[in-house]
Amino acid sequence: MMKRLFSFLTLGVLMAGCSGNWGWYVVNPATTSGYNNLKFMLSGAIYTIQLSVTAILISVIVGLLVALPGLSEKKGWRAFNRTYVEVVRAVPILVLILWVYYGLPTLSGITLSVFWAGVIALALSDSAFEAEIFRAGIQSIDKGQYEASQSISLSYSDTMRYVILPQAIRRILPALGNQLVYMLKMSSLVSVIGMQELTRKANELVVSEYRPLEIYTILVLEYLVLILIVSAGVRYLERRLNASAA
Amino acid sequence: MTSQTDPIIAMRDVSKFFGDFQALNDVSLDIALGERVVVCGPSGSGKSTLIRCINRLEAHESGQIIVDGTTLTGDRDTLDKIRGTVGMVFQQFNLFPHLTVLENLTLGPRRVLGLTEKDANARGMKYLERVQIPDQANKFPRQLSGGQQQRVAIARSLCMEPRIMLFDEPTSALDPEMIAEVLDVMTELAQSGMTMIVVTHEMGFARRVADKMVFMDKGEIVEVGAPEDVFTKPKSERFGQFLQQILNH
Repeated sequence: MMKRLFSFLTLGVLMAGCSGNWGWYVVNPATTSGYNNLKFMLSGAIYTIQLSVTAILISVIVGLLVALPGLSEKKGWRAFNRTYVEVVRAVPILVLILWVYYGLPTLSGITLSVFWAGVIALALSDSAFEAEIFRAGIQSIDKGQYEASQSISLSYSDTMRYVILPQAIRRILPALGNQLVYMLKMSSLVSVIGMQELTRKANELVVSEYRPLEIYTILVLEYLVLILIVSAGVRYLERRLNASAA
Repeated sequence: MTSQTDPIIAMRDVSKFFGDFQALNDVSLDIALGERVVVCGPSGSGKSTLIRCINRLEAHESGQIIVDGTTLTGDRDTLDKIRGTVGMVFQQFNLFPHLTVLENLTLGPRRVLGLTEKDANARGMKYLERVQIPDQANKFPRQLSGGQQQRVAIARSLCMEPRIMLFDEPTSALDPEMIAEVLDVMTELAQSGMTMIVVTHEMGFARRVADKMVFMDKGEIVEVGAPEDVFTKPKSERFGQFLQQILNH
């Protein structure tokens, strides 16, 4: 299915290339300059991946830590959860990136690298969504599971770790996969502070080569490939987890 | 039959509310070590709430509950102590669906009692043999019949080696042909001397194993007596009516 999609897309792009408005020479791997341009563009992939993966790992952990107080019987804890989610969710990611990179150093006195500023902004923004996903997933687990855990004296942390979260994560896996895809796309915004990821590389190439159509088309395909790989990975994980509990 | 020593469970004037609804109204009950008590009554009479207060799955609002010398409070150490002493079996089994049968049994022994994996597995298998399904050890709960699942749940409780076992309508969610296999396990457990409090409408089981019958209605204990007495001549009219209803269909 994925193979067919690729050949269809390549065919479409190549056919369009015949119309005369396209100038594929700019990324034609058969020529030295085209090869170098293509290599330059692809070299951004590693940063896009590092940025997204680091950010999603942090946001999942922060999201879980924010979700748990939201499930507490104590009003104060729940208020903390609501405030965090509402406030963080309300800040546009681009604004958060600018604020963390240009604003936070003035406030804290710590200078952040472009990479870590990007990671912090992306992770912070996403953590509010992760928190809501975890809260919904945990709330969907039957209360009998808690009672059974209590009846064998399992502590709160063991109940979460061994009983509730393994079941909740199975249920929220599709939503977590969604967030990872979203993160990959949003990482393109970190280009504005100079992170040399895919989008930034494309922008720089456009400035020197004046072929935005071809270069941005390649950029679109780069994101498409990354995201299809993530989707396939998530689906594989879903199948494996379901099989183990069949 | 009743011992002269202190009761292992003593409930004094226990009340419990759910909002405005009074689930328990000044309930007092003593249960001796090794005693088998069957609690029955119409739905909403407070019988489940009564036993859920004993391991504090529900917190009572007033009165006193003493289990094995410890007065129940919400305090963490007390809870750990009580729940180590009292095991519970639920109507809906509440097995952990993502763990195998053996993992369901060994989670408590390993994480709470600190047994090694080897010792916990040995203990798990011992109790699976006791409930007669050792061959199901590596299956997942959903691959088992309802009767087998409930027997796993009983074994899971027994793995914590409790002194008291609570059963909250253990056969109500089961198909009729599976009720017997669960009751057989419970009967065997009763004969081994376990202190048991069973909420059930299985009157055949009650007649066979109960030392004491407790009849509840509207949050109160209406009648307590030996089964041979209450089945032949219940003292209260309400209990008589209730017994007729469940025995005559």
